[in-house]
Amino acid sequence: MTGPLERPTPCELSLHVNGERRTVHVYPMERLLDTLRDRLGLTGTKEGCGEGECGSCSVLMEGALVNSCLVPVLQARDANIVTIEGLAAGSELNDLQQAFLQCGGAQCGICTPGMILAAAHLLHKKPQPTREEIREGLSGNLCRCTGYMQIFEAVAEAARRRGMATP
Amino acid sequence: MRSDPSDYTLVAPPSLQAVVALLAEEPGAWLPVAGGTDVMVQYAAGTLPLRKLVSIWNLPELRGIEVLPAEIRIGAGCTYTDLREHPLVRREFFLLARAAGWTGGMANQNRGTVGGNIANASPAADSLPALLAYDAELILVSVRGERRLSYRNFHTDYKKTKLASDELIRAICLPRQFAGYISYTRKVGARNAQAISKVCMAALGRTADGVVEDVRIALGSVAPVPLRLAETERLVKGKQIDASLLALARKTAAAEIRPIDDIRSTAKYRTVVAGNLVAEFLAKLGAGAPAA
Repeated sequence: MTGPLERPTPCELSLHVNGERRTVHVYPMERLLDTLRDRLGLTGTKEGCGEGECGSCSVLMEGALVNSCLVPVLQARDANIVTIEGLAAGSELNDLQQAFLQCGGAQCGICTPGMILAAAHLLHKKPQPTREEIREGLSGNLCRCTGYMQIFEAVAEAARRRGMATP
Repeated sequence: MRSDPSDYTLVAPPSLQAVVALLAEEPGAWLPVAGGTDVMVQYAAGTLPLRKLVSIWNLPELRGIEVLPAEIRIGAGCTYTDLREHPLVRREFFLLARAAGWTGGMANQNRGTVGGNIANASPAADSLPALLAYDAELILVSVRGERRLSYRNFHTDYKKTKLASDELIRAICLPRQFAGYISYTRKVGARNAQAISKVCMAALGRTADGVVEDVRIALGSVAPVPLRLAETERLVKGKQIDASLLALARKTAAAEIRPIDDIRSTAKYRTVVAGNLVAEFLAKLGAGAPAA
């Protein structure tokens, strides 16, 4: 039974981040974003607006795209989390990352990790998305540099290559 | 100013029973948080009204959509993604599936819950007019047991509801009685997506022999609460839709709503748009148009 607490107390909890079990000592209301960046050193996840509007802090939690600035870390207890650092295999970029590079889908780079995770989430649900579905899938992620067209092209290119790889 | 997590308590009881027991222990002291898409925004801004939060995210008792012969029961913890991807919701409750798809981007649809949308009680919430149009009923739960009440008068004033301080929304029930109805919904905002509505409307209607048999018109962002246009509905029922009825419906709707000037729009603009949407819906209904 959980009784009322007089003073907030830190707790110990574990998360599975990019396939690795990590244990942290945190206040339960700490944002998942801060846990990832400040405690686990995974600074690929960026803070943009800090209020769920821009998508820069997007990560996958149990396979679902979420804004990590809006997740109290207690809600991520025992969850599988994937950040941008979890996509590449060592120095080998994954296909989405390569497509973003080739299509000019990244400029300043702040939105890129979130864009790529949103794209990964989209292609997992819809392996061959239409242009409209790509736009919708990335609609929670804002970019100030590219004008979006190269980003859409990168996602379409990655989908095309996956389609060719698995007939 | 950003909040300091060391100032806040957050607990995650393992069951619904444990959550309502906690709420009963200190009524009004605990703020439930599901997907955090509203609560964590207030937390970031340092404007949360309470320092003690109880997580209801992923509570199994609040998840799932139960399909019964006469109604569907949507667990209050269902996300917008759950709603828009559910085949029966898409087929029979199009207005709700569409509103779910309008609510934020994918990340917020994966976390925002329908129960949270109701409890947060914003008059600008896009899914609430749909619930009103479908005559939703709510199941509320506390240690005292469950009660079921009509959603129609659940919002009593701006951000005020009939939810008691020890209660939680458990489920939303929608009657399966809208086969043969024409659905109409439209969101008017600064942009098509990712913008809070200036006016949002969800409506249903059925005609026979050119006469309106049944009609339900619900609007968001035009009053302190999401609103059913009872007078306009009364006016239209049993009538043939023609130009003079459309003109009268506009006037009646304008008299029923209570819009304000705010950062997103003006009362004047909202009144004109609300009238336009009502007229557009009725014209489609009169023409026997397929679902919008």
